[in-house]
Amino acid sequence: MGYPHAPHSRETPVLSAAFGDASARSLNAWRKHGGYQALEQALGMTPAAIVDVVKESGLRGRGGAGFPTGVKWSFMKPGDGKPHYLLCNADESEPGTFKDREIMRWTPHALLEGCAIGAYAIGAERCYIYIRGEFTEPLRVMSDALREAYDAGILGANAMGSGKRIDIYLHRGAGAYICGEETALMNSLEGRRGNPRIKPPFPAVSGAFGMPTTINNVETLAAVPHILTRGAAWYKAMSLSNPKSTGTKLFSVCGNVRRPGNYEVVLGFPFKEFLYDVVGGPPPGRSFKAVIPGGSSVPIQTMEEAEATLMDYEGFVAQGSMLGSGGVIVFDDSQDLVRLIARLARFYAHESCAQCTQCREGTAWVTKILERMVAGGGTTEDLDTLLEISENMTGKTICVLSDSCAAPVVSGIMKFRAEFEAKIPASRSMVAVHG
Amino acid sequence: MSAHEMGGTHAPSDAAHGSAAHPHGDGAGPVFQGALRTELDDVLARYPTKMAALLPALWIVQRERGWVSEEAMAEVAQLLDLTPAYVKGVVTFYTMYHQHPVGRYFIQVCTTSPCAACGAEDVVAALLRHTGCGELGATSPDGNYTVIEVECLGACGFTTPVMINDDFVESVTPERVPAILKELR
Repeated sequence: MGYPHAPHSRETPVLSAAFGDASARSLNAWRKHGGYQALEQALGMTPAAIVDVVKESGLRGRGGAGFPTGVKWSFMKPGDGKPHYLLCNADESEPGTFKDREIMRWTPHALLEGCAIGAYAIGAERCYIYIRGEFTEPLRVMSDALREAYDAGILGANAMGSGKRIDIYLHRGAGAYICGEETALMNSLEGRRGNPRIKPPFPAVSGAFGMPTTINNVETLAAVPHILTRGAAWYKAMSLSNPKSTGTKLFSVCGNVRRPGNYEVVLGFPFKEFLYDVVGGPPPGRSFKAVIPGGSSVPIQTMEEAEATLMDYEGFVAQGSMLGSGGVIVFDDSQDLVRLIARLARFYAHESCAQCTQCREGTAWVTKILERMVAGGGTTEDLDTLLEISENMTGKTICVLSDSCAAPVVSGIMKFRAEFEAKIPASRSMVAVHG
Repeated sequence: MSAHEMGGTHAPSDAAHGSAAHPHGDGAGPVFQGALRTELDDVLARYPTKMAALLPALWIVQRERGWVSEEAMAEVAQLLDLTPAYVKGVVTFYTMYHQHPVGRYFIQVCTTSPCAACGAEDVVAALLRHTGCGELGATSPDGNYTVIEVECLGACGFTTPVMINDDFVESVTPERVPAILKELR
């Protein structure tokens, strides 16, 4: 369902089938949707068999990186005598992205079931769901669902009568975009400042509390119960372009479109049809100018690129961007791209954890230059300076926040240079400044 | 480029942390007594380390007192075997812990790019005008409101989302602001 709108006939609702239906939140109603059948099935399988099914399905991480989920799970070594942890990343904070919020608000049991299956598959007795501090309603809904699941004996020391212990806890963040980075999230969970950690060691070796840990996005885990009950072959068959991109994906659509909201399509869906038909095209009397298709951290696309894109991991890369989190931000012809990119830079400057010099100084510096340009004080040197700073912000820091700030700036200048040049008054040309 | 632009502070704006002097304590004594101490014990049971209870403990402080004073930080530090300086380091990292009292209604308006493309600045202006706050981060003279800009609230399809205390109000327009404020009173 194109929540908050009626479903579009070209959507394939799997995760979103119950979005907008508040009655589906309760355990009893969720059972009528087939709830917890997958967990029951899973608890009768070996963990290795579950990992194989997920591997076979082709499911890849929905948080942005697109790493194969089954492969990630297989990094956890059973029987090493250490506590294992499953973390669910519900710190959804990437500008343009609001899909995990809807999964938690409308289908809390789907997420709990996915977490329970994942925990069992990686040999973790404990799962922590790290929910961003601002998501008070999703936290409330998830808390109620968690209580129901414990009361019904689905979770706890004897999960569904299996004799296996599965505990799930909700952990509330406190306002920090960077805690969506997996190792920053681990530090935050441990009661520290949310500074990302240097890798290696990777989480499967030393993650939360120094123990083997797997971390998955909300949407990834919510897809797992469907894969178990309907089978890996069913999931794998949902692929419209590249066979390495399988299943459905939630795309959050915002900005200047007629029907913003969440839409679920099979990977490989034509982006042109998605933008002009499924989400209703531009507002009346307007035309599209540019799209940031995967959350604010991916390069901006021209409409020419966007219209040639097939919506999967490989398709966005082929057209100058990335699938990322699936947060589609659309700007129409009335928008000042330099102003909006400056605002994004300010976001990253605010959210930098300030550990790495390139990021701490670079995000602030880029923001100052862009804001001066927006205010009418651009100079001819600015674009080269911005590109040079961005170069020094890319691939040089502990995490990719710095790179994420550079992405819209560099792609903006390369693809929409005229808009940036229009911010440089003629009187401030090199001749005038140095003459 | 001009020399003053190089480097500088990392956060261009952080209106949540106003410059007004604030007291060392909240004047209400220790937080974790009786039922709240029991609540903290329940929290501690969820984690393999005491330190992991820090964010939840600070949330309890803020829920009970409205903000996190240095006195409360010291109390939490003692309970969790941490130093007050460590706790303050954590408190200051996260934007949602108030380090000074705020208005009865703490209003956060998303103005990140997707919302900025849909008129969020006008919503901010309307809120400042109708609450009497005057400027971002300031509390209205009647003590009722504090308005700040917030980075992406994760509700970009419902522009402009505004968070009032613990509740989201979606699709806020300048025209809706007076009615929304009236409903609070």
